[in-house]
Amino acid sequence: MDLVAVFPEPPPSDLARTLDLAGYRWKAVGSADDAARHEPPNGWAGAVVACDQDPEGAWAFCRALRKRDTPVSPLLVLVSGGQLADLELRDELFDDFCLTPFHPVEVEARLRHLLFQGFAQVKTETIEYSGLALNVETYQATIEGRPLDLTYMEYELLKFLAQNPGKVFTREILLSRVWGYEYYGGARTVDVHVRRLRAKLGEEQANLIQTVRSVGYRFGQSRWGS
Amino acid sequence: MLEQQRDYVLRTVEERGVRLIRLWFTDVLGNLKSFAISPAELENALEDGMTFDGSSIDGFSRIQEADVLAIPDANTFEVLPWGDPKAVEARVFCDIHNLDGTPFEGDPRQVLRRNLQTARDQGFNFYVAPDIEFFYFAPPEKGQTPVTLDEGGFFDLTTTDVAGTLRKETIRTLETMSIPVEYSFHEDSPSQHEIDLRHTDALSMADSIMTFRLVVKEVAAKQGVHATFMPKPLEGVQGSGMHLHLSLFGDEQNAFYTDDDPYNLSPVAKQFIAGLLRHAAEITAVTNQTVNSYKRLVPGFEAPVHISWARNNRSGLIRVPIAKRGNASATRIEYRSPDPATNPYLAFSVLLAAGLKGIAEQYELPAEADANLFEMDDAALTKLGIDTLPQSLSDSLKVMEKSELVKEALGDHIFEWFLRNKRTEWRQYKTHVSQFELNRYLRAL
Repeated sequence: MDLVAVFPEPPPSDLARTLDLAGYRWKAVGSADDAARHEPPNGWAGAVVACDQDPEGAWAFCRALRKRDTPVSPLLVLVSGGQLADLELRDELFDDFCLTPFHPVEVEARLRHLLFQGFAQVKTETIEYSGLALNVETYQATIEGRPLDLTYMEYELLKFLAQNPGKVFTREILLSRVWGYEYYGGARTVDVHVRRLRAKLGEEQANLIQTVRSVGYRFGQSRWGS
Repeated sequence: MLEQQRDYVLRTVEERGVRLIRLWFTDVLGNLKSFAISPAELENALEDGMTFDGSSIDGFSRIQEADVLAIPDANTFEVLPWGDPKAVEARVFCDIHNLDGTPFEGDPRQVLRRNLQTARDQGFNFYVAPDIEFFYFAPPEKGQTPVTLDEGGFFDLTTTDVAGTLRKETIRTLETMSIPVEYSFHEDSPSQHEIDLRHTDALSMADSIMTFRLVVKEVAAKQGVHATFMPKPLEGVQGSGMHLHLSLFGDEQNAFYTDDDPYNLSPVAKQFIAGLLRHAAEITAVTNQTVNSYKRLVPGFEAPVHISWARNNRSGLIRVPIAKRGNASATRIEYRSPDPATNPYLAFSVLLAAGLKGIAEQYELPAEADANLFEMDDAALTKLGIDTLPQSLSDSLKVMEKSELVKEALGDHIFEWFLRNKRTEWRQYKTHVSQFELNRYLRAL
C-alpha cells in the first residue's frame, strides 16, 4: 500500500495510533521541503494534516502541497471547533476535514473513503469573466484575447478574486489567503497589488476590481446587483 | 512560496515564448547593469544563481575576491513590453551574494534589504512615493549646451504634441510593468516633465525607479529624443529633483497618523522628521551624489537649501503635505532635496536609518519654519537654529565621512568605496577650468 504523508513531525500520538491500527503506511514530515525529500517515487498517496499545534504552519504546508506541479491529493485536515472558520476560502487546500478531538473510527472512515475515490483533483481549467480569462494550468492570463503579463503575486491575487466574483474581501483575508501567513509585509501590500492590477487591466477593465469603502475589495458585480 | 514562484516563472517563459531573460542589478553609483541568459539556463539560475566576475562592476569586488553570485528575485520577473513580439524578452532583478551564499555587501539592493529588515524588526514597513523630474533634449553633442525640444526647430510637429505623446507612451509602458502612475505634467522649465508614482514598499519602489529611468530613456530614444535625469542641465532654470514621500506602516495602520494632533502627525512621525533633520547633512552625499547636484540646491529655483520643516513651505527640506481628512493612509512627509540621479537603494537606506534613529533616540522635533527662508539673512536663520545643506559635493563628503549613521547604514564596503570614488570625482572637477572663469578673468586679469 502507498505511503501517506502526515504533518506535523512528530504527529499527535492519537493520530499516529489511529493510522497504525487502521493499517496505513505513513511517514511524518515537518515541512513541504521534508515532504519533497521523502516522497516515494510514485508520489504520496495522500496527506493528513493536523492543524491544532501550529495552524499557520499547517496551512502553509497544505498550500505548498497543493501548489506543486503534481498536487498532493486527497488531503484530510484535522481542525478543532475553534478553527472551523479557518476552512472558509481555503476549499482548494483540502478535500475533507475532521473535528478534533476526533473519533478514531471517523478518521479511518473518512480516509478510507477519500482514498477509495482516488480523488483526482477537481480543478477548473480556465476562469472567465467579462473578457478576462485565466488558465490555471498554464498560469496565463488574457484580456480580450491579448496576453496580460503579470508578476506571480499579481496573478495569484487576480486568480483568487476571479474565483470568487461578487464577494467582498477585507485586506486581512486577502493577505492571509493569497500571500499566506508566512508573508509579513502588512495589509498595505494588498492595496499596492490592486493598483498594479488595475493599471495593467487598462482603463476599460480597471473597474473589474472595485474598492468597497472601509471594507476591502470586490471582483466584478455585487451579488445583489448594485 | 519560492518553489511556486519559480514554477510560475518557468511556465510563463515557456507559454509566452520568451527567448531571452535579462538579469538586472545595480552598481554602487546607481547604474543599471544587466546580463542576458537563455531560457535553458533559467531554471539553474533560479535555483543556484549565476556566477559572474564582480570586479568588472563599479564598486563591487576587489580583484582578489572577484566572483559573486546573482540570484534572481522571482517575484520581480516581468515580460518586457518593448522589442519584437516574436522574440519576447523578460527581466528579473537579482540579489548579489558571495559564493558562500551570504549577502554581498557591495550590492545596493542587499543593503536596502538589510535596512528594511531593521525597520521590520521594530514593527515598521517603509513606504516611498517619488515625484521624478527629467528633461527631454535633442540628442546631445559633446561639449554643447543641451537643446530643448522647444528650440532650434528640432521637430516639425508642435513640441507640446511630441512631448505629450512621449509622456503618454511612457506612462502606458510603466503601467504594463507594474508601476502605477499618480500624476504627470509638464514642469516649469522648457522641456521639463514630471511623473509621480504611487507609493509602494521601498524595495519595490527602488526597483521601480531603476525601471522608470530605463523606460523614460527607451521611449524617448525611439523618437530620437534624449531624456536626462541630470540634476541641473540648464543654467538659470529649475533643475530636476526627486521629492520623496515617505511613510511607515505597521501591520495595518499608518504609523505616521494620529487623530489627536493638529497636523495628524503621530509622535513616531515627529521623531522620524527630527531624525531626518538632524542627520540631513550626513546623508546628502548619497541623496545628491554628483558635482552637478549642488547647482540645483541653490536659492530661487524651488529646491531646498535650508534644513527645516513646515506644513506647507516649499523652501524647506521637509514638507508635511495636507492629507484629506480621515485619509490616514495618505499621511506622509515629503523629503525634497534628492535628485533623480541618486542610487535609490542607497538613498532609501540612509533616509530610513536617519528617521529610525530619531525614533530610537526620541529626538525632539524643532519648531516649524513657515516663513520664506530665502528672504532671511544668516543672522536671522542662526537665531532660529536653521542650518543649510552642504553646498558642494566636497562639503557633503566631509560630513558623510564622519557619520557613524551612514557608515552603518551602507556598510563598510560601500561606505569606503563611495567616499573614494566621489573624492576622485571632486578632484577632477576642481582642476577643470570653466567657461565662467575664462569669461570673467581672461581679459580682465
